Amino acid sequence: MTAALEINDLSVYFGDHHDLFQAVKSASFTVEKGASFGLVGESGSGKSTILKALTGLAPQWEGHMSVAGRELDRKRDRTFYKTVQMVFQDPYASLHPRQSVDQVLTETLQLHGFSDINSRIERLLQDVGLGPAFRFRYPHQLSGGQRQRVAIARALASEPQILLLDEPTSALDVSVQAEILNLLSDLRAEHGLTYVMVSHDLAVVAHMCDQAAVMRNGEIVEIISIEDMRAGRTKHGYTSQLLQASVNRVA
Amino acid sequence: MSSQPTSLHAWLTSETPASRRQARWAAFYKGWLSLKSNHMAMAGLAIILALVLIAAFAPWIAPHDPFVQDLGNRLQPLGTEGHLLGTDSLGRDILSRLIHGARITLYIVALVALIAPVAGLLVGTISGYAGGVTDMVLMRITDIFLAFPRLVLALAFVAALGAGIENAVLAISLTAWPPYARMARAETLTIRSSDYISAIRLQGAGPLRIIIKHIWPLCISSLIVRVTLDMAGIILAAAGLGFLGLGAQPPSPEWGAMISEGRRFILDYWWVATMPGLAIFAVSLAFNLLGDGLRDVLDPKDSTS
Amino acid sequence: MSTLLDVKNLWVKFPTRNGIFDAVRGVSFSLGKERLGIVGESGSGKSMTGRAILQLIRKPGMIEADHISLHGQNLLDLPERQMRAVRGKQISMVMQDPKFSLNPVMTIGDQIIEAYRLHSRASKAEARAKALEMLEAVSIREPERVMKAYPHEMSGGMGQRIMIAMMLIPNPEILIADEPTSALDVSVQGQVLSIMDKLVKDRGMGLIFISHDLNLVSQFCDRVLIMYAGRVVEVCDADKLHQAQHPYTQGLLGSLPQFDAPRKRLEVLNRDPAWRDAPSVETGT
Repeated sequence: MTAALEINDLSVYFGDHHDLFQAVKSASFTVEKGASFGLVGESGSGKSTILKALTGLAPQWEGHMSVAGRELDRKRDRTFYKTVQMVFQDPYASLHPRQSVDQVLTETLQLHGFSDINSRIERLLQDVGLGPAFRFRYPHQLSGGQRQRVAIARALASEPQILLLDEPTSALDVSVQAEILNLLSDLRAEHGLTYVMVSHDLAVVAHMCDQAAVMRNGEIVEIISIEDMRAGRTKHGYTSQLLQASVNRVA
Repeated sequence: MSSQPTSLHAWLTSETPASRRQARWAAFYKGWLSLKSNHMAMAGLAIILALVLIAAFAPWIAPHDPFVQDLGNRLQPLGTEGHLLGTDSLGRDILSRLIHGARITLYIVALVALIAPVAGLLVGTISGYAGGVTDMVLMRITDIFLAFPRLVLALAFVAALGAGIENAVLAISLTAWPPYARMARAETLTIRSSDYISAIRLQGAGPLRIIIKHIWPLCISSLIVRVTLDMAGIILAAAGLGFLGLGAQPPSPEWGAMISEGRRFILDYWWVATMPGLAIFAVSLAFNLLGDGLRDVLDPKDSTS
Repeated sequence: MSTLLDVKNLWVKFPTRNGIFDAVRGVSFSLGKERLGIVGESGSGKSMTGRAILQLIRKPGMIEADHISLHGQNLLDLPERQMRAVRGKQISMVMQDPKFSLNPVMTIGDQIIEAYRLHSRASKAEARAKALEMLEAVSIREPERVMKAYPHEMSGGMGQRIMIAMMLIPNPEILIADEPTSALDVSVQGQVLSIMDKLVKDRGMGLIFISHDLNLVSQFCDRVLIMYAGRVVEVCDADKLHQAQHPYTQGLLGSLPQFDAPRKRLEVLNRDPAWRDAPSVETGT
């Protein structure tokens, strides 16, 4: 009963029946409560699609998914969104261009039925390392790192237990990436969060996660602990190939 | 909020607004500043403001009553004593008629600008966001409206509803909304698949809230631009209906109807038709200039930098 | 080593509402037959430097420099007509995303042939043979098939190889590659890089490799310029990048998560305002 997330035999499809494309092929994995789980693979391997199916953004799926012991239906309800939240890849695309930080957080908090909105916004901004000065700014007045912090604050607003991170730093500079990754580590420790992190960067996944699933062409080829990965104890050839490519960049 | 007039500019351009009100006003002020730097747009805005003022104070500005006929003084040329722009075939002062006609023009423009884009926005965003069968039905209806030439369709409506300004407005609006619906739908389709819409969906927001609070604000700016650019067409359509005798009815000083009346004498007394024509031209041009300027300010792609 | 390109005191300026913004501030370097890396974060002016060499800065941006000389000829003195001949023929550029650089409604073969005939008065058949040869040179397996394909049928790695092939057809002396592999997967990156490397070596070209990726540059290039806020803060040999002296370079390296050396927390770069104001580092070849 300590599994935060259980995915069993999940397949996800895109397109209509004439032109059906299977993006994920019977994937199964379990994430323990408080763990940090990575999904790695190249583009088109279906790693982000799993997150989409989980959050209901990709409605054509079959198989079993359960969050905190509750089996998921086709339709997600409020309780689901209170438990699971997501941070998107590109902070330049994930904030509404015409809404200030304050508007974004206020609406989110209202949707989740909180009433002490003012104090919550202040605390959220503090949690993600932005001062109160940022509260009334618009996205175009923020840098990429600051935007991603706002997106993290929005995801934390409903006090979720599970945070899905879809390449949260791949659009950022390395120095900003370090700040965001540190912030995510701190938040996980503070709030006891469970992370599922999608990334193409093995070094980032190795830094953040305890365990990772390696994906190729919609299939999970191997689930491997980070220690084994570091030591090169891979079971599947593709994993070692990925490892090789990310260490020796020039083939 | 204690802000002296001298620091108002500083308060408005602050990069660190301290309240919701300041943030909103600052965003507005920034747009105004960039609009102000566009001289052509400001010229358009000036003409439109002048038109509004003229329409508001028409009875006090106009030198004569626009309806008083003086058959002994008919078809006087430009610059006649007391009749700066001459008189028409019934001896009425053309300048006064133009000034009073501004009211009718503005009335038509304002009503059409309220009805058509709002109808288009509703149909377009619902169609784009809902997709599927709803989208197909709504878009086919839009296609049917688009398939008719605009003026012919308006003529048919007026013929069915009866001549008159209100019916002309209604007819023009009915023919003007489909392009707005198409545009709003196209924008909705791109906005719908963006991450910030996914993000708000993940907070449990329903479709109605997403359309109204998140999609409309992004569609409205391009609609405003499109409406100001279409204004000229709307004025011309109204004038066209007036010209054909299906819009404003004589003796109402509507500009299109005035041209229609002057048409009979155009070879000998050219100014009778030309003066209202120039008025239509100036106002149409003004709206176009303003529309171009607004496009630069409101285009979301530009305002992000 | 002979100098191909020499840039002295290059500035790129953009007028804004609040005065002039300097995107590049007094950068000087020279390029021989080598692989020169330019690294920096977004906004450091690295891409602007590459574009300024080809005078591809859009108005109202301005380029100022003591000289940008190619074989002693100052490019800044050339009229736009001659500059167009330099672009492509002597200096070529490869952009980040091949999707935006290829014409979507022309077959790849037609595009390569057109690019080739633009620069030389070759017959169609000659150009075709040359195009096939170039596609083979960038390790494309079935060049005949690829010639007939449209860009959307290509994967990212293939597209980027085709771009490189196009850029290399007129046999330029210098290739400027602006983040050529950032949009590609790691395994494909390696292939594209090794192709570029081979071509540069075989043809004796000079390569300017612009990237944000420190590890990649240190493995791929000979020499690296590190840019910060429009200036060059440090120049070093690529294989000695990890012993870099400047605190900015050290900070950047420290902020990278390392696969084989796990740490609890990543170092956070504290930007010293003095780095902005320090003069650009001059480079000798």
